[in-house]
Amino acid sequence: MKQERIGVYVCHCGSNIAGTVDVGQLSSWAADALEKRGVVVARDYKFMCSSLGQELIKSDIVELSLTRVVVAACSPHLHEKTFRTACQQAGLNPYLMEMVSLREHVAWVHSDKALATQKAKALISGAVERVALHEPLDPISVPIEATTLVVGAGISGIQAALEIADAGQKVVLVEREPSIGGHMAQLDKTFPTLDCSACILTPKMVTVGSHPNINLLTWSEVEAVDGFVGQFTVTIRKKARYVREDVCTGCGICMEKCPSKLIDQVYEAGLGYRSAIYRPFPQAIPKYPVIDKANCIYFQRGKCKACQLFCPTTPNAIDFEQEDQILQLTVGNIILATGYDLFDARRIPQYGYGRLANVFSSLEFERLCNAAGPTEGKILLRDGVSQPESVGIIHCVGSRDRNYNNYCSAICCMQSLKFAHLVKERTGAKVTNFYIDIRTPYKDYDEFYQHVLQEKVEFVRGRVAEVTDAARRPGEEGKLIIQVEDTFIGKQRRIPVDMVILSAGIEPRHDSKEVSRKFGISCNGSGFFTELHPKLDPVATMSKGIFIAGCAQGPKDIPASVVQGAAAAARVLGTIQQKSLDLEPVLAQVIDQKCSGCRICSNLCPFNAIGFDLERQISTINPALCQGCGTCVSACPSHAISGTQFSTEQILAQLHGLLAESFNGNGARTQSPAFSQAELV
Amino acid sequence: MNQNSKPKLAMYWASSCGGCEISTLNIGENILAVDELFEIAFFPCIADFKVKDVEGYPDGYIDVCLFNGAIRNSDNQEMAELLRRKSKVLVAFGACAHQGSIPALSNLTSRAATLETVYLDNPTLDNPQGILPNTQYEADEGLLELPTFFNTVRSLGQVVPVDYTIPGCPPEPHQIWTVLQAVAAALLQGAELPPAGSIIGAGTVAVCKECTREKEEKQIGRYYRPFEIVPDPERCLLSQGIICMGAATRSGCGALCPQVGIGCRGCYGPPDGVDDQGAAMISALASVMDTTYPTDNGNSLEQQIDTLIDTLADPAGTFYRFSLANAVLGRARQPASPVHK
Repeated sequence: MKQERIGVYVCHCGSNIAGTVDVGQLSSWAADALEKRGVVVARDYKFMCSSLGQELIKSDIVELSLTRVVVAACSPHLHEKTFRTACQQAGLNPYLMEMVSLREHVAWVHSDKALATQKAKALISGAVERVALHEPLDPISVPIEATTLVVGAGISGIQAALEIADAGQKVVLVEREPSIGGHMAQLDKTFPTLDCSACILTPKMVTVGSHPNINLLTWSEVEAVDGFVGQFTVTIRKKARYVREDVCTGCGICMEKCPSKLIDQVYEAGLGYRSAIYRPFPQAIPKYPVIDKANCIYFQRGKCKACQLFCPTTPNAIDFEQEDQILQLTVGNIILATGYDLFDARRIPQYGYGRLANVFSSLEFERLCNAAGPTEGKILLRDGVSQPESVGIIHCVGSRDRNYNNYCSAICCMQSLKFAHLVKERTGAKVTNFYIDIRTPYKDYDEFYQHVLQEKVEFVRGRVAEVTDAARRPGEEGKLIIQVEDTFIGKQRRIPVDMVILSAGIEPRHDSKEVSRKFGISCNGSGFFTELHPKLDPVATMSKGIFIAGCAQGPKDIPASVVQGAAAAARVLGTIQQKSLDLEPVLAQVIDQKCSGCRICSNLCPFNAIGFDLERQISTINPALCQGCGTCVSACPSHAISGTQFSTEQILAQLHGLLAESFNGNGARTQSPAFSQAELV
Repeated sequence: MNQNSKPKLAMYWASSCGGCEISTLNIGENILAVDELFEIAFFPCIADFKVKDVEGYPDGYIDVCLFNGAIRNSDNQEMAELLRRKSKVLVAFGACAHQGSIPALSNLTSRAATLETVYLDNPTLDNPQGILPNTQYEADEGLLELPTFFNTVRSLGQVVPVDYTIPGCPPEPHQIWTVLQAVAAALLQGAELPPAGSIIGAGTVAVCKECTREKEEKQIGRYYRPFEIVPDPERCLLSQGIICMGAATRSGCGALCPQVGIGCRGCYGPPDGVDDQGAAMISALASVMDTTYPTDNGNSLEQQIDTLIDTLADPAGTFYRFSLANAVLGRARQPASPVHK
C-alpha cells in the first residue's frame, strides 16, 4: 500500500494549550518519531483556526502534496468544520482530516506539563494511524420541501407560523384543542406591563385564522412522522367536530340551546360551565364549535339533536355522521411548540388544594381575575360572594423541590407578584407572599417587584410547611392558616388568611416523551425536549429539520416563548432558502451480505433510521435520517453495520497508535492475545 | 489407483473430548469413500499408529492433517509442532483447536486451582494423601515422565501456523464431508483451494440467517435459564429472554440448537469480521436491555439494570464458552489462590 503523506498541525490556542503542553517539543517529536508512519511535516502555530493558521495547512497540502491532515487543537465540536473547509479549499477531501482535542482532553484537564505532553503524543500517534485509513467522502444532498409543519398553536407556535407565513412560505399549523391560543388565552394580565393577555393575543390568532399561507388544523393530532429533513411525511388525524366548517357561521345558538351543561375543567379551570357542543372561549379561532361526544346526549342516548334543530344555517351545520379524517402531508421542516402542563397542586396534599375550598391554583386565579371569567373579574372566595380580606400567595409550588421538580419554573415569581398586585388593586386585601428566593431578571421585571413592594405587599421568606383550617389560636377560626418558617427571623409562624393562591410551576406535557419518540428527538430527565446546544443552538435538535420552541424546550415566559418561536422560524426559512441541504456523510451502513437479520438493532436508533427489509430479512439504514451516532454499529453482534469514519479498522488503528505511544510499544493488546511465558507455564 | 499416489490424511486429538472424531465417523458410509480417496497416515482414534511413525515421515509427508483439541500441556504442544512440520496443510478442526473452547475456560482460573479442584477438592475423590501429578517419577523400571500441565490453554493457531479452520463443537458431519471432498478434489484434480487462513466448512454470516424462528425487535427485561421457561416454538429465543448466541455466532450448523428450543451456545465461533465473539454478544445484549423508566416497581434505573443483569448466570462462561483462548479478554491475571478448606 502506498504510504500516505501526513501533515500534523499543533495549535497553541494562545496559552490555552501551550500553557500545559510543550507544543514545540510536540511538533518536532511528530516530525521525527512519526516520520516512518507517513508524517512528512509537523508544525505548531499560535492559532491554527486563524486565517494565517489555515493558510499554513493549505499551502502544505499543495506544496508538499499532503494526502492526510491531523490538526491537534480544540474539540472537533468547535473547529472541525473550519479545518475541513480549509482542506477542501486546498483540494483535499475534507474527510481526510482528523482532529485531536488537545485543549479539552489534555490542557484543560491536566497540570503536569511533561505528562500532559506525553498524553498529547499518544493522542496524535493514534490520530496519525487512524487518518491513514480515512476514506474520502461526499456529502449527501436532499431537496427541501418548502411547507413547514408547526405542532402546537400556543403563543410560541403562533409566532413561528406567522413568521414563516409572512415570509411567503406555506405552514401547516396543527393544534389538538378546538381552538388555538394555548395557555396565554387563559391569562388575564401579563407581567410586567399588565397588558391584557387576550388583547395582545387575539389579533395574532385572527391573523393566523385568515392567513392565506397557513393551513390551520385544530382538533387534530400528528399520528406519525416518517422520512427526513426536507421530505417528512406526516400523518395527521383531524378529529370529527360533528360541525361542518364549510357552512357553520359560528353564531353560537347551538351552544345556548344544548341541554347538556358540564363543568369546564380546561379553559375555565373548573370554575365555569360549558355545553357539550362548545368552543373554549368566545374569541376562539376557528369559531366553529366541536361536540364533546362523551357528554353529548345524542351520542350517549341516541336522542336530543337540539343543536341540529336550532342551527339556523342551510344546509345544517351539525353533522352527526362526520368521521375522523386522516391526512398525509409532505413537509420539509417541523417546529414542535407543544407547550407545557401546569403542575397539579393536588400532588402536595399538605397545601390542601382540592380539599380546602379557598385554596386556589394559579390558573383558577387567572380565571377569577379575567373580566370574561366566571366572576367577571371579581376576586371572590369559593362561595362566590365574599371578598377576601387577606390573601397568601405561595411561590415555587412543585418547583425547586426535590420531591417534585428540581428546576425553577421561571414564571412563578413574576406571576405571584402580578397576583399580589391584582389582589391589592381590586380588593385592598392584605397580601403576603411566601417565597424561597425572588428571581426577577429581564427587562423591567425587578422594577415591577419594587413597585409591588411599595404597594405594601408583605413577603415572608421560607418554604410553606402546611396550609390548614385547624385553628389553634384566637383569630384563626374560620381562616386558612399558613404554617411557615420565616427564615429571616428564624421562627415558625402561623399566618391566618382568607384565601391561598398556589403559584404552580411548569411541567413538560404529560405525553412529551411519547411525542419526542414520534418525532425522533430526545428529552431531558424531566421530559423537556433537548436542544442541539444549550447556548449556541437552542431551537435546533439532534434530528435535522426538527426544531423546538417555547415551554416544550424548558420553562419560560411569554417573551422568551415568542423569541424562540421566531428563532425556530428563522432557522426553517434559512433551510427553505437553500432549496437543498447537504447532509453529513459520516453514517452507519448495513453490509447486506453480513447481516443475519437478528434484529438486535431494530429499535435502537434514536432517529428512527433503522428499518427491516422483510423480504430480504436484513436491516436497512435510511442515510438521510442517520446521524452517525454509532449506537447500532457497536450493538451489531455480526459487525454487519459499519460506521463510515468509525470502522473497526480505523478505531483499532487509532488504539494501536495510542497504546503504542502510551506504553512505549508494550502492553497494547487489541487482538487475540499472545500470552507471555510467565502466563503460559 | 495406486496406493502410494493417494493423498495422506491425518487426524489427531490434543486436549479434546473425542467428539470431533465421532463427528468425523458420523459422515456415515462416506467414511469408506474417505478410505478410498486418502491414505490414512496417522489417526489414533481408528488405527494403531505410534508417534515414532510420524517422526519417521519426511517433513511435509502428510497432505492434510485435521488437528482437534486445544493446547493444554507440553505433549499437546509437541504434537502440534510435530504435525505442523510433517503436514503440508494443517487444519484447526473443531472449536478447541479454533478458539480454545471448553478447556480454555480454565484460563479464568490458574493451574494450581484447576489441579486442586480435580485432585483435592472434589466430593467424589478419595485422595487422603493429597497426591498431585508430578512430571517425573522414579519407578523401578526407570524415570517416568508426564507432560507439563500448562497454566494457560491456547488454541492451535496460537502455537503453530494454521492453514485452515473448520469450526464447531463438533463440526457438523455434512460440513466435514464437504470439506474432505473439496480437499480430495484439490489434491487429485487440481481444483483451487480456498485462500490460506480461511474458515471452511461453515457459513460466513451469523446463525440467525439459518434459523427459521420469527425475528422480532428486542427489548429484554430479564434473562431465563433453560429450566425456568418453556420457550415459544415460533419466536426468536433471545426475544424471549433466553440467551442465544446465534447473533454472534458463525452459521454452518443449520441452526440446530435454536430450532429445537435451545439457545445457540456459540460453538462455531464468531462470524466473518468479528474478532471477539463474547464482546460482540455482550455489546449487543447491553443495547437491548429494557431500560424503560420509570419502572413499574418503583426501582431506580440502576437497580433495574442490576436486577436484569443478576438474572444472567455466569457471563464469562456463557459468552466465551468457546472462544476464551482467543478473546481480547486474555486470561485471569493473578493465579487464583487455592481454595482452603
